[in-house]
Amino acid sequence: MSAAVDTRPAAPAPAARVPSPLARRSWKAPITFGVLGLAALVLFGLLPSGGKETTFAIGASGTWFHLTDFTIPSKAGAIVLSLICLALAGYAAWRVRDGHKPGRWVGAVFGVAWVLAFLTWAVAGKSVSIVSLLQSSLVLAVPLAFGAMGGLLGERAGVVNIAIEGQLLTGAFGAALVASVTHSVYAGLIAAPVAGLLIGSLLALFTVKYRVNQIIVGVVLNVLAVGLTSFLYASVLKPNEATLNSPPRLQAVSIPVLANIPVVGPVLFRQTILVYLLYVAVVVLTISLFRTRWGLRVRAVGEHPLAADTVGINVQATRWRNVLLGSMVAGLGGAFFTLGSVGKFAQEMTAGKGYIALAAMILGRWTPIGSLGAALLFGFANALQLVLSVLDVPVPNQLMLMLPYLVTIVAVAGLVGRVRGPAAAGEPYVKE
Amino acid sequence: MSDEILPGATSPTIGMPQPEAPTPGAPAGGATSEDRAASMLRRIATGEIGVSVLAFVLALVIGGILIAAVDPDVTKAAGYFFSRPSDLLTAAWDSVTQAYSAMFKGAVFNPDAATFQQAIRPLTETMTVATPLIIAALGVAVGFRAGLFNIGAQGQVILGATLGGYVGFAWHLPVGLHLLVALVGGILGGAIWAGIAGFLRARTGAHEVIVTIMLNYVALYLLSYLLTTDAFTIPGSNQPTSPGVDESAQLPLLLGDWSRLNAGFIVAILAAVFVWWLMTRSVIGFRFRAVGSNPHASRTAGVSISTTIVLVMVTSGALAGLAGAVQILGTEKQLSAGIAGSLGFDAITVALLGRSRPLGIFLAGLLYGGLDVGGRVMEAATGTPIDIVLVIQALVVLFIAAPPLVRAIFHLPDPTAPRRAKVRPEPVVKGASA
Amino acid sequence: MKLELRGITKSFGPLVANDHIDLVVEPGQIHALLGENGAGKSTLMNVLFGLYSADEGEILLDDEERTFEGPGDALAAGIGMVHQHFMLVPVFTVAENVMLGHEATKSAGLLDLEAARTRVRELAARFGFELDPDAVVEDLPVGVQQRVEIVKALARDAKVLILDEPTAVLTPQETDELIGIMRQLRDAGTSIVFITHKLREVRAVADVITVIRRGRVVGSASPDAAETELASMMVGRAVSLSLGKAPAQPGDTTFEVRNLTVLDAAGSVVLDDVSFDLARGEILTVAGVQGNGQTELAEALLGLTPPIAGSVRLEGRDLVGLSPREVLDAGVGFVPEDRSVDGLVGDFTVEENLVLDLVHTPAYSRGGALNLGAIRRNAEHRIDEFDIRTQGPAQAAGRLSGGNQQKVVLARELSRPLKLFVASQPTRGVDVGSIEFLHRRIVAERDNGTPVLIVSTELDEVVELADRIAVMYRGRIVGIVPADTPRDVLGLMMAGVPQSEAEQQAAEHPTAGL
Repeated sequence: MSAAVDTRPAAPAPAARVPSPLARRSWKAPITFGVLGLAALVLFGLLPSGGKETTFAIGASGTWFHLTDFTIPSKAGAIVLSLICLALAGYAAWRVRDGHKPGRWVGAVFGVAWVLAFLTWAVAGKSVSIVSLLQSSLVLAVPLAFGAMGGLLGERAGVVNIAIEGQLLTGAFGAALVASVTHSVYAGLIAAPVAGLLIGSLLALFTVKYRVNQIIVGVVLNVLAVGLTSFLYASVLKPNEATLNSPPRLQAVSIPVLANIPVVGPVLFRQTILVYLLYVAVVVLTISLFRTRWGLRVRAVGEHPLAADTVGINVQATRWRNVLLGSMVAGLGGAFFTLGSVGKFAQEMTAGKGYIALAAMILGRWTPIGSLGAALLFGFANALQLVLSVLDVPVPNQLMLMLPYLVTIVAVAGLVGRVRGPAAAGEPYVKE
Repeated sequence: MSDEILPGATSPTIGMPQPEAPTPGAPAGGATSEDRAASMLRRIATGEIGVSVLAFVLALVIGGILIAAVDPDVTKAAGYFFSRPSDLLTAAWDSVTQAYSAMFKGAVFNPDAATFQQAIRPLTETMTVATPLIIAALGVAVGFRAGLFNIGAQGQVILGATLGGYVGFAWHLPVGLHLLVALVGGILGGAIWAGIAGFLRARTGAHEVIVTIMLNYVALYLLSYLLTTDAFTIPGSNQPTSPGVDESAQLPLLLGDWSRLNAGFIVAILAAVFVWWLMTRSVIGFRFRAVGSNPHASRTAGVSISTTIVLVMVTSGALAGLAGAVQILGTEKQLSAGIAGSLGFDAITVALLGRSRPLGIFLAGLLYGGLDVGGRVMEAATGTPIDIVLVIQALVVLFIAAPPLVRAIFHLPDPTAPRRAKVRPEPVVKGASA
Repeated sequence: MKLELRGITKSFGPLVANDHIDLVVEPGQIHALLGENGAGKSTLMNVLFGLYSADEGEILLDDEERTFEGPGDALAAGIGMVHQHFMLVPVFTVAENVMLGHEATKSAGLLDLEAARTRVRELAARFGFELDPDAVVEDLPVGVQQRVEIVKALARDAKVLILDEPTAVLTPQETDELIGIMRQLRDAGTSIVFITHKLREVRAVADVITVIRRGRVVGSASPDAAETELASMMVGRAVSLSLGKAPAQPGDTTFEVRNLTVLDAAGSVVLDDVSFDLARGEILTVAGVQGNGQTELAEALLGLTPPIAGSVRLEGRDLVGLSPREVLDAGVGFVPEDRSVDGLVGDFTVEENLVLDLVHTPAYSRGGALNLGAIRRNAEHRIDEFDIRTQGPAQAAGRLSGGNQQKVVLARELSRPLKLFVASQPTRGVDVGSIEFLHRRIVAERDNGTPVLIVSTELDEVVELADRIAVMYRGRIVGIVPADTPRDVLGLMMAGVPQSEAEQQAAEHPTAGL
């Protein structure tokens, strides 16, 4: 080695990578916060007439101690909450001016305060149960979270799974049929992933083996799932509703001790087995993806399949396995519709939840925990709409129904922007 | 199909090792005329057209198996299969042929009809149903060829129908002008709706697949909300339907009262010609294709990617909106929550089936229209649920997208492989250019 | 381990990439595989590594026949490969990349990252370089990424190590360092296959040289052979290694770049206060190791990335703030560094590619409608003028060879009157014949009186074309020096050493002559 080497900076020390003070600052967050906060102040606080009160119920039976409802004056409450929002916007602006990022907690607190301001206004003169609102948020998040994890299993290995919708639908169908025939809700829970697998194996066959564009296959498989389940529903289930489409429902199971914690207990630990399976799935997947050999290889395949191939990892087999596994996870989520929610299969009953699951996956940055969080956000929007439609609030129901979709658009466009997913997702692997 | 459609413009490409420098134009050697004729035959049997036909046959066969499987007569015969196996086959054959022949009679030509008009009425009905499908599919195809997945044709159709319909029933303009303004209203509705997705994609990188899907639902609820307002409902009624569109805004019938076929069909033909010209003969289309094929090179060549993305989406949505307007001004005549049916989603499969080419889409649209119309007749005649049509449609597209699968099923040789004992994949030229 | 290849044949469709190739690599030997771009070297090694399956032929390790179904088998047999395009997962850490495929695990199947970190530190220490096991690969400079690749191969105890064009991304000094490592490995008994097209390196390091041309072994040579001898074996005819261009006749200075500063998306400075002048009829080449701001410089000049400070003046007009379209229309010809990504639309025909950035001009369209006749006539003319080997104007550009693709790009950019010509890596991945042709065209453009800016990481090309050389390091111009500056000095400057100091050091410690 020549002596010249010694004169170079020994370590890579990427000096040029240090963020420069000249770096462009993003004012997106403070501006969004400011506009929303101002809107809340005017619409929820200043414009409505005063004199009404809003009641938030936070108690539930069977907890260690009973929390009493609390009631606040609607107008004053909304004004105070809006001002908190504006204060957070100001704080964010101050942070950005100093060249920092506002911090994640700011967004979270802002969101809570803003939603509370909205609720204070919307249920003025009435009462809303926070516990049941959160409870149903979690329940409604179940298919979304399972779907999102089904999606991320595929995408982490480089296969975009647009067919989540189809997997949820066939899962719902399979669960209803098998649970009805066997009179066993557990048999239904086993049938759901198997039914999801049907769509998953077609997805793998066409995208991995035949390298057809993944988005196209996904979209077409969703059509196929709708056609197939609707056809079988109309020709087989409908004429035999009593025997083939009356599955037993999942019952809530209280977890001893934990279920008695106020607020948290009723929300998290008085749920069906499907919800507990979701907790398990999130934990297991998080560890598997980021702490095990399997996860490292899967992520390598999704980021740089050729590199994975050159160290002896079978790219195609990994993709097959992950797509199949993902479709089973999504299919399990489909059981929610028939065994957990409605109690029987109906045509196109998933109503686009699979696409929202896809959005939850992106919003959750392709991680199980993030997906769960995003699914909860969508579940909350959905639960809110259901609660408010019963309460006869001053917002048209159709506009509330739009909410989850609008939240998705804002989230994908504003919050996520150009997030980096697995680099090779969507790309078929061609070696020779 | 993958040679036409590339994933999103900002999607990264994987560095593939290139087989070193393919030498250009190394012809296989002197082919005799006999060879050439044989290879021509082989190409027809195994090439694009052949694969399309076989894919359709395959989808019909699978659909037939499903139809037979759920038929009560067939199930009954299956119960005593081992004593009289022929009964099962007869029952299955009957059930499938009855369903499919009902479909054909309902979609193309009814030989049992009393008059010629009645006999060909199914065909004109197919053309009527195909009209908005073709126009919307042309929109989807413009997106595909520019590398954008406009999954939101459904929402754009709804907006187009809403705006076009509103102009039709709420404004009262002179004959001629009224129809024109209503059509333009529909075009604007779709263009704006798709433009939102294009703008978000260009400005924030939000993937158009997610945004357009979400906008479908927003459009659906927006329409059902509008149908509760005074402006969109018949005064004094709380039915969620709008007043009928004025006579002056309706697309005139082409064949007289006995058929619903209207001038929308001519609009569809004009739209197909326009898209052909746009994509192959115009500077804008050149840029659309360039961005779809290689956004990086397009950017370096001075094409603004964001402007192009917005333009592509606006064009795509404008066509879908026109489809919505044609639907309401030609056949439906009044606005209801279900105005778009599943038009926007079907348009995606039609665009895929037509390989994003105007002529292909025109034919694929007629095929789909026929399946829909025939399916309804079949359901009424034989009790087979119309949903089987969706299954057949989805299968056709899947099979067409994977020619090797179709060839494998029918044991056909690969026309792209050199005629040798060993069949090997071609070198990846694509990886470099993507 | 002794490696022997017998009669390896591999074809892609009608193209025979390897035609009955025989090769023997003895243990503890550095065996150089010399050949032009496209000669079939990489294909051969991909066959050996199990990435491609051979149509015919045998692979023998220590005289025992082996078949490799995939790279996994090759790795298990003790073959390691450092790929030309690094096979590293960008978002993984160094340790994760090194352990991938043979991961150590703790109980319950959890990854044992600590073991991988230790292995990385061990190997780095053995070869005397520094490597942080927890650094994320995409944040590392290319030179360091290559160390990761080498460590990755060595962590599996490779007995045969294939190095595919390993020096393309290194400074001459880093190349010296690599050669040191290769000798160390050879002395420890590793067999090394060294793939390159650079004659100097072969002569410096190889024990045995095998020359490949058009998929066939055309002979072997001793490291003492003269460069011209090796070159003519490689190309198949006598080649003149120098362009022999006339001295520049610089005119007025029409292009001035002042204090140009550019940030990347993450806000880091990637182009730092760059200033230079360029006169009509002069070629300024920008030298530097890949990733030191050259790409950003070219992109900023075209208007692809807006600078945060500085000016770019062409004939008195400031180009900063103009869109790429406006810059091109202002008379700038631009050849991007990666032709297949940025230069061509592979699915488009040759004729379409030849008007890619001109299609809106009155020559090729009227009222928004394409003038297909004019586009065809232009293509026929350019194909003729630039000797583009194609089946015709309607052939897809992606199907052309690298050299012909590059000719398409250059033909397009040189097909109109220019006020400035900017070309990055104008001959990367191009065969020798085309290189000569392209270089002559560039010099001809200079002699037309156009200011020419060439960015190249190939030192040979830099020296060949330059009238003056600007050396870049970490986004800055280290110095602008005359074309006859010694390579040692250029190499040191490419590592960030200022000119005066570089000259002093080069005099004290002459390198291997690279």
